[in-house]
Amino acid sequence: MNNNEVRKLFPILDQEVNGHPLVYLDSAATSQKPVQVIEVLDEYYREYNSNVHRGVHTLGTRATDRYEAAREKVRKFINASSIEEIIFTRGTTTAINTVAISYGMENLEEDDEIVISYMEHHSNIIPWQQLAKRTGAKLKYIPLQEDGSISLEEARKTITSKTKIVSIMHVSNVLGVINPIKELTAIAHENGAIMVVDGAQAAPHMKIDVRDLNCDFFAFSGHKMCGPTGIGVLYGKREHLEKMEPIEFGGEMIDFVGLQESTWKELPWKFEAGTPIIAGAIGLGAAIDFLNEIGPENILEHEHRLASYALEKMSAIEGLTIYGPKEAEKRAGVITFNLEDVHPHDVATVLDSEGIAIRAGHHCAQPLMKWLNVSSTARASFYLYNTEQDIDRLVEGLVKTKEYFTNVF
Amino acid sequence: MSFNNLDALYRQVIMDHYKNPRNKGSLGDGNLTVDMNNPTCGDRIHLTMKVEDGKVTDAKFEGEGCSISMASASMMTQTIIGQDVETASKLSHIFSCMIQGKDYDEENLDLGDIEALQGVSKFPARIKCATLAWKAME
Repeated sequence: MNNNEVRKLFPILDQEVNGHPLVYLDSAATSQKPVQVIEVLDEYYREYNSNVHRGVHTLGTRATDRYEAAREKVRKFINASSIEEIIFTRGTTTAINTVAISYGMENLEEDDEIVISYMEHHSNIIPWQQLAKRTGAKLKYIPLQEDGSISLEEARKTITSKTKIVSIMHVSNVLGVINPIKELTAIAHENGAIMVVDGAQAAPHMKIDVRDLNCDFFAFSGHKMCGPTGIGVLYGKREHLEKMEPIEFGGEMIDFVGLQESTWKELPWKFEAGTPIIAGAIGLGAAIDFLNEIGPENILEHEHRLASYALEKMSAIEGLTIYGPKEAEKRAGVITFNLEDVHPHDVATVLDSEGIAIRAGHHCAQPLMKWLNVSSTARASFYLYNTEQDIDRLVEGLVKTKEYFTNVF
Repeated sequence: MSFNNLDALYRQVIMDHYKNPRNKGSLGDGNLTVDMNNPTCGDRIHLTMKVEDGKVTDAKFEGEGCSISMASASMMTQTIIGQDVETASKLSHIFSCMIQGKDYDEENLDLGDIEALQGVSKFPARIKCATLAWKAME
């Protein structure tokens, strides 16, 4: 994979910000879009914008075909058994909420347990908090190891025969750590619980095989993997989805509507009420084509290489603390850090003045921030279009930031 | 140093308030307590004030945050101590206009150090940092 060539496919990266060539290091928040995806969206709106699954006109058929073709691309991308198991949602958050509300309300009782971990994103905490409140179930957290990873031993202690749902992120948006989902799923199943995976930070960066992981649900978002915003996916095992009730009702999802009673369409459409996210799904399909062309394995390998380079260069900056595992192979391309005596917001502002975009704040993971004993951190996240030169610019910027705050004032 | 554009934001006086905050702490005998946080970034401020006969006689703050939010809190306490409540709220309005780059009338009030925060208006992403303490005071 030649990253300088890949980079050229992302028009947004070819610009100056505050008088410097843009270095985009915030892909964990949202990724940039390649020209292939932008063109597909443009083509949809220019040539065949139409509602799907209704009417007999040519544009409608074309839109429906492309929308459903995108579903098949998603199925193949995560190796699901059938398209019935692929539900388009607004994003990871909606997908997890769907499981919490539909599966959770039906299957949880007082004193049952839901198990998550300290590193979860708010989108994989609050739906379960709400479910616990509504059902009287207990929400438990797997503690983290010194380096921020999850040990299977701790997981075995936390997951018990009372546990009904385990929900863990595949890759941490803060620590970059890759969690042992397959092993955690086995532990959940041994205890009779289902396994939900927040795959928002995994699907963009590595090969996903839901059948190999054997998880019950897997949620992810299009916009973090070169696709448009507003589209995401909920994968669920058919045996669960068939028994689950939709959480939204209206057009598109019905079979027969009477005055007092209605029946639902078959899977997956019973979970897609209203006009679906047509352009988003088609755009996600194009993003998947693009990622397949590059190869998910190559993307992860590239990120390991960048992470290793960045860990080495950044560790050399005095007063800089890096959170999470120090071994590049344990993490995806996310590096969270703090610079001594400079608040992360100030770091981000100074870097921005150099054209370098990073994230500062709590990264929607307040319990994790508490565990790290910090109120906020700075985060640089890499993707397939980033290069070693980007990291050199980051390191240069960080050194300047430090000098600015120590010497100028 | 090649950060000339940043000097509009990080003025010497701001960094001085950040590194040597005035009125830091909590008033044991305060009669007004406010906690504010900025949920998008985790900055938080705990403000205690003593208001007697319509006058702010003392104020202290504690908190965590970036240079702009902490300096702004420090400057604010310095500015409002000794002011009557009406003037303090006028100052807050003036500050709000200033920070958003809107026109304002100083009404012969002494803005003191807070004028140094004017440059924040050029950094939209940082406006909320500067206004946190003032929102608490309101």
